[in-house]
Amino acid sequence: MSLTTFLQQCLTGISLGGAYALIAIGYTLVYGILRLINFAHGDIFMMAGYFMIFAMASFPWYISIPVVLLVTVLLGVSIERVAYRPLRTAPRMSVMISAIGVSYLLQNLATYLFTALPKGYPEIPFLKKIYQIGGLSASFVTFLTPVLTLIIVYGLIILINKTKIGMAMRAVAKDYDTAALMGIKINRIITFTFAIGSLLAAVGSVLYFTDRMTVFPFSGSLPGLKCFVAAVFGGIGSIPGAVIGGFILGLGETALVAMGYSTFSDAFTFVLLIIILLIKPTGLFGEKTTDKV
Amino acid sequence: MKLKKVFAITLSACLSASMVAGCSTGSSSSASGGAKVIKIGAFEPTTGENGGGGLQELLGMRYANKTHPTVKIGGEEYKVELVEVDNKSDKTEAVNAAQKLVSEKVSVVLGSYGSGVSIAAGQIFADAKIPAIGASCTNPQVTQGNDFYFRVCFLDPFQGTVMANYANDHGAKTAAVITQLGDDYSSGLGSFFKTAFSGLGGNIVSEEQFQTNQTDFKAILTNIKAQNPDIIFAPSSITTAPLIIKQARELGITATIAAGDTWENSTIIENAGTSAEGVVLSTFFDEAEPANEEAASFISGFKAYLKENKQDEIIPAVSALGYDSYLCAIKAIETAGSADGSAIRDALKGVSIDGVTGSISFDENGDAKKDMAFIKTIENGKFKFLTTTTVK
Repeated sequence: MSLTTFLQQCLTGISLGGAYALIAIGYTLVYGILRLINFAHGDIFMMAGYFMIFAMASFPWYISIPVVLLVTVLLGVSIERVAYRPLRTAPRMSVMISAIGVSYLLQNLATYLFTALPKGYPEIPFLKKIYQIGGLSASFVTFLTPVLTLIIVYGLIILINKTKIGMAMRAVAKDYDTAALMGIKINRIITFTFAIGSLLAAVGSVLYFTDRMTVFPFSGSLPGLKCFVAAVFGGIGSIPGAVIGGFILGLGETALVAMGYSTFSDAFTFVLLIIILLIKPTGLFGEKTTDKV
Repeated sequence: MKLKKVFAITLSACLSASMVAGCSTGSSSSASGGAKVIKIGAFEPTTGENGGGGLQELLGMRYANKTHPTVKIGGEEYKVELVEVDNKSDKTEAVNAAQKLVSEKVSVVLGSYGSGVSIAAGQIFADAKIPAIGASCTNPQVTQGNDFYFRVCFLDPFQGTVMANYANDHGAKTAAVITQLGDDYSSGLGSFFKTAFSGLGGNIVSEEQFQTNQTDFKAILTNIKAQNPDIIFAPSSITTAPLIIKQARELGITATIAAGDTWENSTIIENAGTSAEGVVLSTFFDEAEPANEEAASFISGFKAYLKENKQDEIIPAVSALGYDSYLCAIKAIETAGSADGSAIRDALKGVSIDGVTGSISFDENGDAKKDMAFIKTIENGKFKFLTTTTVK
């Protein structure tokens, strides 16, 4: 393998990892607060793809992107309101089943509304500009994805550690009932968490689909599953963990395909999941949880 | 008293009408009262990976059902009911869907789009003694060793050879092949291309595989780019195609990209945009050159039907094949003069029709005797007919 090929593969891997990381954060945030694996997250990501297609049909990109971010946040928040909030006191299993239901609902709704035929993702001119550096050739979005991911993660960590609402989020994550007793409005915090998660899914969706160009009703399911693995690998509940998990997954997958083992590229993701569950069930950066009585 | 009289007259009218219907060839469908129904199963994916293409094939069948709503068995008019099941592009679901058709007691099955699901369901139809007519499933294994499976399209060995010949004729010396893991259509066609291309003195420099629902092909394309082939043969689903095409062009690969029949679908042009220019593919049907009268009337009628169903007004080849498979089924039922599966199967062996994709008759394997393929390219955002190829 020549150096150019190697660098090109690395670039692909890092870019894929960046998109994975953004989605994985969505899983981790919601899990951190609600102890819920939001299985519909991958489908919110898919819906954001469709929103972009429709937004770009009538607006230029600089209006479309904010519109898509807003609509996706509304979708995420309303899913929480309709499908999860009524189950707040129900056993955790019920909420998870509700999440699986929402996931199927979104997939089938998309099939019904937009047909199963893949739809072309609109081109955002400046993101799609192709740059050549030596033998490397890639569009701007490939370079942008990992950088933007790191900036967003930095911002998010500041938000959680330094702001008032961040403190409230940490409190809710630590102890639900005590936080409520201290006057924190639990529902508002949860809504806020879902809003951030969906926002990141929307950003991830713009980056991911600009690079991959087609959206169909199931395009959220496999990335969703992989990002869930990334979140678990990094230690679910931990934001840096999710990011590192995302990058490891993206790079590992690309490396396997590059070496000619594409047969095992999906298996890699899930083998990784099994190994981490066996060796370090809390993930790389996961905290040891003590059962609350 | 009066009532009785009316009743008697009506009864006698009915009887005589049915006798007329029984003897003459006239179409007095009112006489049969629409009571007799024969069921034809449409075994197609309308969701899942091949949902888009499956729906197009199904539209061809629905349209055929609209233009040929009845069939005569032994002089009696039967209404044809199309029983649709969704096999969800999934081999496990395909088996369930096939069992549903069996329990619905259909006389013939049409489909499916995608060879894998057809192979999976083939044994079920054979066990239930229900003949099946595949429309666009091109893998040899669909009909091999299965006495009840027929098909109206050409086969992958043929298609692979056609594309290898095309590549060779246009000066390609090296080729790369990209196939989908676990997909009988893709891997089958890819390997037939490889054999044929090597046989013609060409050199396969790279073989890459990808997973179902994979959306990132940059890694395998980077490997291919390093080998710099003259042509890339990538038989795959229409979901995958635009991704491969666009990502290849993005990485600066300039080789011709070629594929099989699945790629003749306007969504590919729509999604891949200008990157799709120059893509070459083989297909079953060309709407610019109707093979016969049936084809000419199909083209005008089906375009209006597509418009009604809010689809693009470009006739997909699979719709034409879906239509033809229906015609074969009707003809076989008429010839057999029975709704019994085995009888229809025997009749199918001798059936010969002028379908919209050319004349169709079956060989001893149940495959259509077809020796012609259309080669098309994408130019200025449209499929353009290049040449027809025959392989002996």
